Amino acid sequence: MEANLSACPTYHAGAEPHPTSILDPRQQSPDNEKPAAPTSSHPQLQAHNDHTMAEAPKPSSSVKLVLLGEAAVGKSSLVLRFVNNDFQENKEPTIGGETLTWHATAAAFLTQKCNLPTRTIKFEIWDTAGQERFASLAPMYYRNAQAALVVYDLTKPTSLVKAKHWVAELQRQASPGIVIALVGNKLDLTNESGDADSEGADGDESGDARKISTEEAQAYAEEESLLFFETSAKTGHNVSEVFTAIANAIPETSLKSTRGPGAANAVSRGGDEQRVNLNGPREAAKEGCAC
Amino acid sequence: MDEIAPEYDVIVLGTGLTECILSGVLSVKGKKVLHIDRNDHYGGEAASVNLETLFKKYGNFQQGTEPWKAYGRPADWNIDLVPKLLMSSGELTNILVSTDVTRYLEFKQVAGSFVQQNSGSKATIAKVPSDAGEALRSPLMGIFEKRRMKSFIEWVGTFDANDAGTHKGLDLSKATMKEVYDKFGLEAGTRDFIGHAMALYLDDTYLDAPGKAPESIERIRLYGNSVARYGKSPYIYPLYGLGELPQGFARLSAIYGGTYMLNASVDEVLYDGGKATGIKATMGGIEPEMKFETKAKFILGDPSYFPSKVKVVGHVLKAICVLKHPLAGTGDADSAQLIIPQSQVGRKNDIYVACISSAHNVCPKGYYIAIVSTIAETSANHHLELQPGLDRLGKIEEQFLGPPIPLYEPLEDGTKDNVFISKSYDATSHFETTTDDVRDIYRRATGEELKVEGLREGLQVSEE
Ligand SMILES: Cc1cc2nc3c(=O)[nH]c(=O)nc-3n(C[C@@H](O)[C@H](O)[C@H](O)COP(=O)(O)OP(=O)(O)OC[C@H]3O[C@@H](n4cnc5c(N)ncnc54)[C@H](O)[C@@H]3O)c2cc1C
Ligand SMILES: Nc1nc2c(ncn2[C@@H]2O[C@H](COP(=O)(O)OP(=O)(O)OP(=O)(O)O)[C@@H](O)[C@H]2O)c(=O)[nH]1
Ligand SMILES: [Mg+2]
Repeated sequence: MEANLSACPTYHAGAEPHPTSILDPRQQSPDNEKPAAPTSSHPQLQAHNDHTMAEAPKPSSSVKLVLLGEAAVGKSSLVLRFVNNDFQENKEPTIGGETLTWHATAAAFLTQKCNLPTRTIKFEIWDTAGQERFASLAPMYYRNAQAALVVYDLTKPTSLVKAKHWVAELQRQASPGIVIALVGNKLDLTNESGDADSEGADGDESGDARKISTEEAQAYAEEESLLFFETSAKTGHNVSEVFTAIANAIPETSLKSTRGPGAANAVSRGGDEQRVNLNGPREAAKEGCAC
Repeated sequence: MDEIAPEYDVIVLGTGLTECILSGVLSVKGKKVLHIDRNDHYGGEAASVNLETLFKKYGNFQQGTEPWKAYGRPADWNIDLVPKLLMSSGELTNILVSTDVTRYLEFKQVAGSFVQQNSGSKATIAKVPSDAGEALRSPLMGIFEKRRMKSFIEWVGTFDANDAGTHKGLDLSKATMKEVYDKFGLEAGTRDFIGHAMALYLDDTYLDAPGKAPESIERIRLYGNSVARYGKSPYIYPLYGLGELPQGFARLSAIYGGTYMLNASVDEVLYDGGKATGIKATMGGIEPEMKFETKAKFILGDPSYFPSKVKVVGHVLKAICVLKHPLAGTGDADSAQLIIPQSQVGRKNDIYVACISSAHNVCPKGYYIAIVSTIAETSANHHLELQPGLDRLGKIEEQFLGPPIPLYEPLEDGTKDNVFISKSYDATSHFETTTDDVRDIYRRATGEELKVEGLREGLQVSEE
């Protein structure tokens, strides 16, 4: 597992490194996308796509992974931990006297590689960007996703209800072969937080904040054939394990010749020479696919 | 459920392509956007729907039957309600690239661009020549006409509006396109395919408009540049249908903080002294439904949200057809645009046939979707107006033909009431008029020109 350790003090909403799409301009010009934030005051998720290229001769494929889960369960935090090995404590913005968690803390489009013994998986991670808040997620979001991380907060019972809703939604809308991982996050808030060093760090006086037992969630995950993990984005516990497990669970067959969004489960794989790279230089474009 | 903020910079009503591009751009520019649609899906009139939805929309089946079941999984169908293609060097492509919305979408070329000559049993279909070499090989012209066409195309390539030396002695501030054609001695049939299949005019009024020649030349150039970009045709098309376009821009808007709400009906637009100040709305699809009121500095919307503020400027006729074979005469192209110029079939407006297939992930393998469209010229027997196009399709498995579709335009420019209304998607085969409308609305609403080049980089720089 490659983790990008570059220090990244802030989130950049709107930061989206590119998938390996043939429309990806960065394949022509490797300019690293500088993240953009709507306003400087907002929590920002720094996007790094300047991962050092592991020059391994192993086959490499892209996998679209979508995040789903109730607000504030830690979706973006898990990705931030996985991609940048970083964690942000909530700023708890008070707006008009109300405490809100900002919905645009979207790790809107990050990529991270996962090195397996026989192959490299490059995750193209899509965050919901808040469109799920009012049940307004676009079908495009699920389109050709090969993996999904459905996150709940194991200190918050409603979040498991919501997670089950998302699992059902994925089973209805997403590609049939999608690998779904159910993730109970914020394990550090429980007594058995997994990491010895984090034990006693928080929540020891207040006791165990766990509201959803491992057994309950695990039983549900087994019933629905989901991968299951309890994690802490805060301590990093089990985070890379989730992604590695997903990478391992993706069937080899569905990895063949993946290229760009839509490639994996395309109804028709023919006529690829007709695919176009809108970002490419115009002369080069005539030669067809840039990859 | 989350809370709706008491105030936004902009409320956008409808998630058609025009609205989604504007929403995305405004969010990137830091505006706080609330984007609402009364439907439970994105795209409005610019959506792509599955076959079951299409049957139900047109209602052309017997109660109790499920004819869509004969056509594979409904979800494998993405049928556009608006038949359009993108010009590969057009403005929409430019906006897609500048905003990086390309990362959510994948495009394929449309395999060919064709034009019909003559009608009935004498009708022939030929590729539209896009450069001098193709002009010389084209069956559309005789040997001498080919040479004249070649020199015309070469001249279009070197034409510079600001250099009178390239104007062939014409005063282009006054000259008509007819005079330009006269200069090259081009025949009527050649003018027809240049004006209709390359400049993509829908009728012949452009011929006699004084001073319009440079615009026509620009349009021919756009065609040529678009073909030159990828080779097969000037058109490209997004996998899974045009409905992906509004979704892509909606995602852009959301990433920059835009709030999205489908399934929400606008109960009332609030005004103060004649100026729109906000809305009252109800979000359905949840129990209990959520009523809310919020303010905005201005409101954008498609015509359907403001029936009293728009007028009908014409009607489009459209037949969506499911085929099991490619269009005849296109060399079995998996996708094609066929233009039947009006004069060839005794009409005032061209007939368009756009055909796409499983190559673009819009239907299961073996199927083709052809949409025949034109501007209505009569008030009855609309299928007869489309007939020359339908004649090109061969055996039709299913045909969806609704009543004429009204085209709306706003009555006012919005500066008085702070309500900026888009135009309906017109009968053109591409999105150039849509992006014109986007620019126009942006200018009216913000008082600035929309500059998409470097839109996101600009922000990133100011961020540092
Ligand atoms: C940590 C944090 C969490 C936040 N959480 C929320 C939240 O849960 N819900 C929410 O609606 N807003 C949230 N915001 C954005 C918020 O603080 C807005 O500024 C707020 O709604 C005040 O609006 P206003 O109209 O009073 O201020 P304005 O003066 O209109 O806004 C201040 C600036 O923030 C920008 N802005 C406002 N809202 C957003 C947004 N949602 N995304 C991006 N830029 C925005 C505006 O364009 C403007 O530049 C959060 C901000 C921060 C820093
Ligand atoms: N203690 C603890 N807090 C966490 C953990 N993961 C996330 N958080 C906090 O939970 C809050 C929400 O995290 P986010 O990552 O923004 O959650 P999200 O699911 O992306 O939320 P939305 O984008 O609003 O839907 C933040 O304050 C995080 O600091 C965790 O493992 N442990
Ligand atoms: Mg988030």
